[in-house]
Amino acid sequence: MAKYNRKKSLSKPVFIVDGSRTPFLKARGKTGPFPAADLAVSAGQALMQRQKFKPEDIDEVIVGCVMPSADEANIARIIALRLGCGEEVPAWTVQRNCASGMQALDTAAANIASGRSNLILAGGVEAMSRAPVLLNNTMVDWLGDFSRAKSPIDKIKALTKLRGKHLKPIIGLIRGLTDPVVGLNMGQTAEILAHKFKISRHTMDEFSAQSHQRLAAAFDAGNMGEIETLYGANGKFYSEDDGLRRDSTPANLAKLKPVFDRKFGKVTAGNAAQVTDGAALLILASEKAVKEYDLPVIGKIVDSEWAGLSPSEMGLGPAHAMAPIMARNKLAIDDIDFWEINEAFAVQVLSCLEAWKDPDYCSKHLGLKKPLGQIPIEKLNVDGGGISIGHPVGASGARIVLHMLKVLERNNATRGMTSLCIGGGQGGAMLIERVTE
Amino acid sequence: MTKNNNYMHWKPATDDKGILWLHIDQKDASANVLCVSVLEELETILKDIKQNNLPSGVVFISDKKSGFIAGADIKEFTEIESVDAAVNHVKRGQRIMDEIAELKCPTVALIHGFCMGGGFELALACDYRIADDGSKTRMSLPEVQLGIHPGFGGTVRLPRLIGAPAAMDIMLTGKPINARKAIKLGMIDYAVPTRQLIPATHRIIMDHPPLHKPKRLQALTNHMLVRPLLKRMIIKNVAKKAKKAHYPAPYAIIDLWAKYFDDPKKMLEEEAKSEANLVIGETSKNLVRVFFLRETLKSLGKTNKGSMDFKHVHVIGAGVMGGDIAAWCALRGLHVTLQDRHEENIAKVMKRAHKLFSKKMRGDRLGVIDAMDRLMPDMKGLGIPKADIVIEAIIENIEAKQGLYKELEPVMKPTALLTTNTSSIPLEVLSEVLERPERLVGLHFFNPVAQMPLIEIVTADNTDKKIAEDTAAFAAKIDRLPLPVKSGPGFLVNRILMPYMLEAVRIHEEGVSANSIDKIALDFGMPMGPLTLADTVGLDICLSVAEILSKDLDVTVPESLRKMVNEGNLGVKSGSGFYKYNAGKKEKSETNDTNADQKLIQDRLIGRMVNESVACLRESVVANKEQLDAGVIFGTGFAPFRGGPLNYAQHEGYKAYQERLSKMEQSLGGGFKPDNGWEKLA
Repeated sequence: MAKYNRKKSLSKPVFIVDGSRTPFLKARGKTGPFPAADLAVSAGQALMQRQKFKPEDIDEVIVGCVMPSADEANIARIIALRLGCGEEVPAWTVQRNCASGMQALDTAAANIASGRSNLILAGGVEAMSRAPVLLNNTMVDWLGDFSRAKSPIDKIKALTKLRGKHLKPIIGLIRGLTDPVVGLNMGQTAEILAHKFKISRHTMDEFSAQSHQRLAAAFDAGNMGEIETLYGANGKFYSEDDGLRRDSTPANLAKLKPVFDRKFGKVTAGNAAQVTDGAALLILASEKAVKEYDLPVIGKIVDSEWAGLSPSEMGLGPAHAMAPIMARNKLAIDDIDFWEINEAFAVQVLSCLEAWKDPDYCSKHLGLKKPLGQIPIEKLNVDGGGISIGHPVGASGARIVLHMLKVLERNNATRGMTSLCIGGGQGGAMLIERVTE
Repeated sequence: MTKNNNYMHWKPATDDKGILWLHIDQKDASANVLCVSVLEELETILKDIKQNNLPSGVVFISDKKSGFIAGADIKEFTEIESVDAAVNHVKRGQRIMDEIAELKCPTVALIHGFCMGGGFELALACDYRIADDGSKTRMSLPEVQLGIHPGFGGTVRLPRLIGAPAAMDIMLTGKPINARKAIKLGMIDYAVPTRQLIPATHRIIMDHPPLHKPKRLQALTNHMLVRPLLKRMIIKNVAKKAKKAHYPAPYAIIDLWAKYFDDPKKMLEEEAKSEANLVIGETSKNLVRVFFLRETLKSLGKTNKGSMDFKHVHVIGAGVMGGDIAAWCALRGLHVTLQDRHEENIAKVMKRAHKLFSKKMRGDRLGVIDAMDRLMPDMKGLGIPKADIVIEAIIENIEAKQGLYKELEPVMKPTALLTTNTSSIPLEVLSEVLERPERLVGLHFFNPVAQMPLIEIVTADNTDKKIAEDTAAFAAKIDRLPLPVKSGPGFLVNRILMPYMLEAVRIHEEGVSANSIDKIALDFGMPMGPLTLADTVGLDICLSVAEILSKDLDVTVPESLRKMVNEGNLGVKSGSGFYKYNAGKKEKSETNDTNADQKLIQDRLIGRMVNESVACLRESVVANKEQLDAGVIFGTGFAPFRGGPLNYAQHEGYKAYQERLSKMEQSLGGGFKPDNGWEKLA
């Protein structure tokens, strides 16, 4: 374990200037209305338009994305060019599964702290509804034979060898949400946590209904100002996260059937994050860039951490990633004004809370003599989370950091902790502070 | 490489492989045209080739960035007075092309950019055609748009090369063909990237592959047994778009091919005769005039060349006009922010824009994405402080517009243009609220924006001249024709169009069927009948424009129009107006009045337009007669072959036309009273 090797947080201040995101659009079984690049460009257009600097003034563009489409190799570069950053601004795509958006921010922060860059557009995007559907290997081999067949007779011979098994597609989304090492899909890892921490179906459903209620209240109060309306070529527009169910109650959610441990499990589509499409982008700046362009600063990235744990318990990642930040910055739970822990599964967030209260877990896995204690639920995900908003895997990390800044500002608060669990058995966390000039 | 620089326009150079490169670089011109002096030099060069050693190949190549050869010199055309002079000119061209075709060595036309008219005919005379596959490459035979047809052997060579259907389509429409399409049709032998043009030429001259032949089916279309049948089909199609009496050229093209295809020599001779007759004909004279009117308007957008660089347009109001203006600007490469109070409106525009881009950039998926990215929805008006020009296209309401300007002025860049698409509110009133009232200019587009080439640049007495010129430059930048007009009711186009449409309504009130009235206008050469036009525009809009005009001008609003609007019959959009519509499509209606005096109806319709034109000229709504005719042609589609309303009156005789109006005044009343301006004209 290399848990506490890191002594220092960022060596130079990293400021967050501004940010925006698209509404998150629920995948409804068909290809969604926007390719991933379109989503990010829509989020970025208004963001760029309101800046004092030109898109060309940006030093680099870093975007997290787990599964770009076949037409979107290095999607960050596509986004940069389409936003008018110009040919000379480099751009690259990062991938750390569910935390890719946060990875983009962390990499940007590191580059600013080291002085390599001064002004970075960073964030994440995912069009999960457009995750690739692939040909299986038998089909690929058959195609190889077919294209090698020269004469019409050989072609016909090859055709006679085509069978139903050849046509069975590989659904990229399902494979992507299945751990490639332990073979469990993400929902099954959530079931493991439910068992381990004895969290009831009812507790999960309550937590989920609350997520919807909080998001509905946030929209009604006008607290989702970071969302830029999406306009489609089909004449439709989208200005709210469309997976929000205002009528959601624990009773309604109780009716849903378990999806992963089919007969006897507890994790349902209703208490898990929604499969969605969306993008979130932020502008990060060094002190130098802030001065040069006279930028209004809304916050700064104070510290970040990445942690590893058992892939079969990946949902506990936040507990592992947040703890070192607390220690390094000598913070107690009360020192944090607000918390954003991405809701991949209700049970997974609840398990993180349980882990921090559990003396055994804290000592065994987090190396702490005393448990950290209870994260107050009224300060956690105050405007909803992945269950109501959706979790476009590449984008969520950027979304929670951006929204944290909005929450801090609204409550005139200072310190916010953001974190996600990561498929494959990791956790990522980022400590944010609001800056008031 | 040996060079011979005795020529003004041509730079022949022989390379080490013995290939003669004939570089055309017309002196003091931005594009090459086949004017007399260029042709004369080419004749000498060809003679020289024949007398001296034959080169291993001859390559025609242009040194101009803009393209290969843009066609014949249209100015020289206007100077041709007699049939004989015309025949001589055409025959010289034909002779030169024949000499190229008869050269004993391989000949290549190396094409980039524009390759039009005579330029393409020269390429046709070569053995091989190689074109740059870039998007700027455009080949066409656009002569028909000037009322003539190809005269340097084009009508003879093109059908032989690619078959009749494609050749006829190209010659009858004059539409430009890109390299990709050209290779598919067989117009060119190779389409290659710029970097491969020279290597491809070397290879072709070395290998001289067999010359292009039409595919079997293409060749069959020229067969003497097929031609009569095909001819009938083609004529049927052409007749839908152009009447023979108005536009003889397309019919001449079909005739030449149908009658003389089997005898190329004879066909060339007939081509020359036919072309000569067309050149000195009235239609061609008027269409050439329209061509120059277009150039004149274009040049009005260039007086302040380079003084402003338009990159970002902010459009406020995502209605039909605002939305279409925004989409058009994005299509033309500008960055556009589109503001509206309602997301629904912007969403509708995005859909229309996507449709427009997809249509204009057929198959260019990336181009469409690019254009969509340039069009940014902007509910918050973020674009205002960054825009080089703001176009206001909100509802026609003085308070709303003034309120908006008060908000805009302090936020806009001081150098940015502030323009309005108003069609009815005087600029003087709108600009009252501005700190700098002299900066407001009218930028009046016509519907549908993507099809109507004209923009009226409206100025009041206090408008800054330089700013108005910059606004005209903006119009030119987005490929529209700027027409400076004085602020006043209806400006130019609506003011002239409205009396004509209202007269049609009045004739309809008298019991003549809408069909008959529209047919008479179509027979005159209008692109659309006045009552169909009214239905399309919307009768409510016609009524409101008519009422605004009736305050200041001698226009009476027909009762029947008011009644139709009150009853909710608004035209196409409501499903019924002067015609009935089913899902936007006109239903068949009857024509019942064969007794109506057709000539009188035509005079009544056109007379109102002509009389109003004279009034506008007298009041200096536009600068001169040419600009007036141009405005009416490009703003209303007024029969182009008649050269505009004033040109038409002049052709009929000013004095005679004035008398015709007086006579109509006696029998029909005030609206026909000849304007005082007639005295000056006559």
